[in-house]
Amino acid sequence: MNEGDTAVLAPDALETLIAALRERGYRVLGPKLRDGAITYDELGSAQELPIGWTDAQEPGGYRLHRRDDEARFGYAVGPHSWKQFLLPSRLRLWRARRDGDGFELDNDSETPAPLAFVGVRGCELAAIAIQDRVLLGGHYVDADYASRREHAFIVAVDCFEPADTCFCTSMGTGPQVEGAYDLALNEILGGEHRFLARAGTARGAELLAELPSRAPEPADTTAAAAAVQAAAARMTRGVQAGDLRDLLARNLENPRWDEVAERCLTCGNCTMVCPTCFCSSVEDVSDLAGTEVERVRVWESCFAVDHAFLHGGSVRRSGRSRYRQWLTHKFGTWHDQFDSSGCVGCGRCITWCPVGIDVTEELAGIRSSDGARA
Amino acid sequence: MNTVAELLRDAPFFRSLRSEWVALVAGCGSNVQFEAGALIFREGDAADSFYLLRHGSVALEAHVPAGGELVIETIDAGDVLGWSWLFPPYRWHFDAHATTAVRATAFDGACLRGKCDADPALGYELTSRFAQTLIERLQWTRLRLLDVYGNVGVR
Amino acid sequence: MSAFAERAPAAGPMLPQPFRVCRRRRETSDTWTLTLEPLAGEGLTPEPGQFTMLYAFGVGEIAISVSGSERGLLTHTVRAVGAVSGAICAARTGAVLGVRGPFGNSWPLADAAGADVVVVAGGVGLAPLRTSLQRLERARADYGELTLLYGGRTPQDLLYRRELDQLERRGNVGVGVTVDVAAHGWLGNVGVVPRLIAGARFDPGSAVALLCGPEIMMRFSAEALIERGMPAERIHISMERNMQCGLGHCGHCQLGPTLVCRDGPVYSYDVIAPLMEVREL
Repeated sequence: MNEGDTAVLAPDALETLIAALRERGYRVLGPKLRDGAITYDELGSAQELPIGWTDAQEPGGYRLHRRDDEARFGYAVGPHSWKQFLLPSRLRLWRARRDGDGFELDNDSETPAPLAFVGVRGCELAAIAIQDRVLLGGHYVDADYASRREHAFIVAVDCFEPADTCFCTSMGTGPQVEGAYDLALNEILGGEHRFLARAGTARGAELLAELPSRAPEPADTTAAAAAVQAAAARMTRGVQAGDLRDLLARNLENPRWDEVAERCLTCGNCTMVCPTCFCSSVEDVSDLAGTEVERVRVWESCFAVDHAFLHGGSVRRSGRSRYRQWLTHKFGTWHDQFDSSGCVGCGRCITWCPVGIDVTEELAGIRSSDGARA
Repeated sequence: MNTVAELLRDAPFFRSLRSEWVALVAGCGSNVQFEAGALIFREGDAADSFYLLRHGSVALEAHVPAGGELVIETIDAGDVLGWSWLFPPYRWHFDAHATTAVRATAFDGACLRGKCDADPALGYELTSRFAQTLIERLQWTRLRLLDVYGNVGVR
Repeated sequence: MSAFAERAPAAGPMLPQPFRVCRRRRETSDTWTLTLEPLAGEGLTPEPGQFTMLYAFGVGEIAISVSGSERGLLTHTVRAVGAVSGAICAARTGAVLGVRGPFGNSWPLADAAGADVVVVAGGVGLAPLRTSLQRLERARADYGELTLLYGGRTPQDLLYRRELDQLERRGNVGVGVTVDVAAHGWLGNVGVVPRLIAGARFDPGSAVALLCGPEIMMRFSAEALIERGMPAERIHISMERNMQCGLGHCGHCQLGPTLVCRDGPVYSYDVIAPLMEVREL
């Protein structure tokens, strides 16, 4: 099997897939049902996938419902993204011990088991690529992210069941997966329940070769393409993404920011669920005696008042300025800083906002009042 | 040795002043000198003059009870010192000490006030020029009020 | 301790290098200048305008501009305004601090070759300009008129007073100092820095200006320079934001489209002025 090769798998082959990954030493992570949501967690077997489940999402709402089939990936994305494994929410950078007048650093390292992600959506793969640019593409490389990333095995999945909050088509990231995946699966439900698999890399092809499969027929390819097209057509939300950098740059005093500020709780949920948000803080933690310290990197949100702290005060005191920072960064200044948009259209921020703020609506609102000043 | 009128014409404060007014104002002026450390005027005294500094520096000071004298502004060569002659109650608001040897042209404020009453256009012209200086000094004072270098905990 | 924190294989540029405090001088009531020597290796070679992340064991890390880097020794002038800066200022001779960096860009001294240079500093803002002044004076012949305009709160709050006196006496740099308020007996200027700009000697058409100090003071000073006829692109300002990682990865130092630790801290005024005008950007 080579890169670019395709094959058709029966649903049982997923069990073999996961077993093969575990045998290779990977820690297999994928979607599982937990606490009324589909989250990403350790996958012991393919039976642990949310078989026959789907999600209904809306601004500020998420519910799971039973399907009338046995689809393995019949849902969109949940509150988790893969960034929790590549950019852990708590990471110890180093440890140090007081030593006379000075201190001794203990840079003990432990190579974590390589990760395998099963069920990565097009928007999520794009999000990983965006974080790659931030953390690997600059003058400094984040060494921890780099090592997790380098070994990560990606089994991607085309979407056929978008949520109402999805808008990947506007952002050019789905529903079909494109990018650097090892294996991509397209789940076909009509008639024979099967997966059209395509290998994206040599190691993906190698793994595919170990799975029980048959050669694809024209009917398989047609069905796969139809599912993706149907999914794209069902997208209810959209964003005019082409000129957002300039649109936002010239609307920093638009009255829309005051409006959204009346609703926004600055809770930061959006930044926690967003697959591209990367802001972090560093904590220096010491024991009671002050002799042993650790430096820990933790996730941080630009909605925290202290995020832009500057001698004795915050630069962004108002909720208005912090919401504006988040939206203009995600869709606007991200282009200036990292040469791409920061949004992949996954819709998580819309679903998980407790007051249901919809970024696509906010952007449309800015556009329709382009140039207005508060 | 320049006459007072020539000194006026060269001074940025009186730039483009009509020549007949230059003569008028010069008529109220005379050259003066102060030694370093000399008191030029005291807070509360009658303010009947203003000075065009030609050489040296002057410190404007306020007396703070139990705090001594604080220098709140320095006036340098080229600047105008004193505007209290133009507005009631015509009294100095601060002390002024020469910090270096000072050469200046002193103008008789009472005399000039009379000439402004007689010629309102001259009055308007002088008031505008002094207002300009006042605005500038006010802006600088406001900038210092922000205490930008100060204790950051104040914010 | 943090049983749930995963561990990084190699912290790399997040690892502080140990430096020993070999000299310590009190500048004002709340500001100290520390000279640091590396415990191992050759130390750093920062360019004028760059900053390091200074670490006080067990307390934390802050971004401090480099104010000296002769012969492998690192000099930092620190104002004690919080827990970390307080701990750094309290570090005795012989104590060990951690240093990461240097980070950021530098003052464009090369662009000023042949031109007049006006250095405008306010408060602790003189510290990031100190190495530039040293370089400018050392290569005197490469530049036109050199001027330093420095403002502080009171005469007791001025930094490097002895060095400034010596600088003035050597005569290579025109020095103008002003304070907000002073006690009787202060024979210097009392006023604001923008006012010194009005009377300074430089050719606005070709001069280069380097500004560092509180943001408000830099804005007013830049406007005063522009009023004298200087083009905004030849006025350079050192911006400050909450720098934490210094690597462009933590997001704290964002100012609109720019990351101050990566694209700054030195910016030309034409680029940064529109960003400074937006409140709470």
